Amino acid sequence: MAAVEVKNLVKKYGAFEAVKGISFDVNQGEIFGLIGPNAAGKTTVLRVISTLLTINSGSVNIMDLELSKKPDEIRKFISYLPEDAGAYKNLTGRRYLMFIANFFETKNTREIVQKGIEIADLDERIDDKVDTYSKGMKRRLLVGRALMINPKLAILDEPTSGLDVINAQEIRKIIKNTARQGTTVLLSSHNMLEVEYLCDQIALISEGKIIEEGKPKALMEKYHANNIEEVFTKVVQ
Amino acid sequence: MSALSNIIIKELRELLTPASILPIIIIALIFGSIGSSMEGIREGFDEQPVLGYIDEDNNYLSTIVTTYLNNNSKVIFNSTDIADKSYGLDQVKQKQGVALIIIKQNFSRDILNDNRGEIDVYWIMRGAGLFDAVSSEVVEGTISSLNKEISKILIQNNTTINASIALWPTSRIDTTYFKDREIGLSPGAITSMLASQSTFMPIVIMMLIIFAGQMIISSMALEKENKTLETLLTLPVKRTSIVTGKIAASAFIGLLFAVIYMFGMRNYFQGFQMSEALNLADYGLILTSQDFVLVGISLFIALISALALCMFLGTFAKNYKSAQTLVFPVTMLAMIPMFITMFADFDTLPLALKGLLFAIPFSHPMMATRALIFNDYLLVISGIIYVSIFAIVTISIVVWVFKTDRLLTGSTRRKKIWMFKKKRI
Repeated sequence: MAAVEVKNLVKKYGAFEAVKGISFDVNQGEIFGLIGPNAAGKTTVLRVISTLLTINSGSVNIMDLELSKKPDEIRKFISYLPEDAGAYKNLTGRRYLMFIANFFETKNTREIVQKGIEIADLDERIDDKVDTYSKGMKRRLLVGRALMINPKLAILDEPTSGLDVINAQEIRKIIKNTARQGTTVLLSSHNMLEVEYLCDQIALISEGKIIEEGKPKALMEKYHANNIEEVFTKVVQ
Repeated sequence: MSALSNIIIKELRELLTPASILPIIIIALIFGSIGSSMEGIREGFDEQPVLGYIDEDNNYLSTIVTTYLNNNSKVIFNSTDIADKSYGLDQVKQKQGVALIIIKQNFSRDILNDNRGEIDVYWIMRGAGLFDAVSSEVVEGTISSLNKEISKILIQNNTTINASIALWPTSRIDTTYFKDREIGLSPGAITSMLASQSTFMPIVIMMLIIFAGQMIISSMALEKENKTLETLLTLPVKRTSIVTGKIAASAFIGLLFAVIYMFGMRNYFQGFQMSEALNLADYGLILTSQDFVLVGISLFIALISALALCMFLGTFAKNYKSAQTLVFPVTMLAMIPMFITMFADFDTLPLALKGLLFAIPFSHPMMATRALIFNDYLLVISGIIYVSIFAIVTISIVVWVFKTDRLLTGSTRRKKIWMFKKKRI
């Protein structure tokens, strides 16, 4: 059973067709990357899968549940990290994690929060207000929030966007570890090197269509490229 | 173009948007219409009062009174027999008169014997708003002029009566018929006593709605601006719970603010009413505990409907700044009934205005206190039912909006499908 099955997905914003009949599968436990330039449709696909947007046509199944029919069920085991997500500024990091954890389990809330704190790795700053955090600290908190609940599917939109090298590396390690523990990860990025390092499977997306799909190594061999960036350039040309 | 003028032009372009100009124009129009209404009141003072009289005395000084009334008012009934009192009152009621004046027996003799001549005034009061008090104030003016007329005659005739009697030769007993009640006060005194309700309550309710409304719209806008809404919408929580949670929290804080505000305002109004020694309770014009419960329910339901409406408007907010503009329609909806209920009584309003006032959900708690004092349960209970339906429908719409793409994209795909289907039919 695939963790995510997307078939002929079409999403329009008014007359503009942002996603033009995309299909792909994500296997359980793998890290799947959607790669493409800005406005390619990556975020729209992720927003649809995370139950935020309705679809115009096609179908999306997550863990064998049809997205359009069972969004409430799906929300119980997915976790979505938007690209420019924020946290409630007046809450402390700990209080924010607790607020999120309370939506999931009532018995193990403390354990969930503790895991979030460990992932965020903010030391004593976890008890400071989010308003006082730097961009990197905020992103780490949000990654902690997204992964602390042990989601079956983690949907991460540009997880390292805007972060310095050290913070970005830390977050990549966290994502890798999470996948090793059985979580399926679907992420988007326009950082080709990041994708090459993280993903088991990638799909290149441009102007709302998937133009190539496969394992990073296989794609590099196919296009005689040294890295995914070259693959993307060759495919687009 | 100089750097300074470049900056000024940029600033003007940013500040002078339709969203910033429209509220100012509407406020100007509202105050303009209030000014026109005031002019109408002033014209009302120039009109002759409509009244009836019974001259039981039918003597020297009472004839001066009746002659004055005939010359300076529109007399729709007159008699010299007190047995005609009921008929006279009916006539005044039917012909939209203001009062029936009864000049008591021995009126002339009492004045000439150093006692004040007695006049009974039976008032027909139709509304307790400031606008409604105009006609009774005109009659008050006529009665005052009557006294001056008699004084003039007494002084001209060099009578030896006491100076204080000569200066104010009549005494008066007022009885007012208002909403099936007989109250031993003049309409002016009743209006003055009810003014605390007709000004204090609407202002507090208006402030409560604006406070709470602003909070919930800002909350929605901040969720969008701080990018927390997307996370919230992907959590395993029902849309109804998100909507209800936001409304409940804002309602609580709104009520808290209203209580604090009410204390301040009560002291403010009490400061103005120090000279008014009259007490509503002395005349049976009080609210029972059941009435207080109804006022509370009316207020609570109106608050919930205001918050639901604000939450709906909040879905249009792009950021905190745009949220401030979105509060404006709700502010207007709170200000319009506040002004109307301050100046007029629901019963005496033209039908169209009655419909408008009833349709605005925030009017009902503003009208509830006065209506309940006069046992108008129908208005209050029908208002509660209407506002409850309004609140339920609005909350349902908000929950529906939360289930569509509107919150994130500003459009609803379902609407387009519906329109498409309709075209195909």
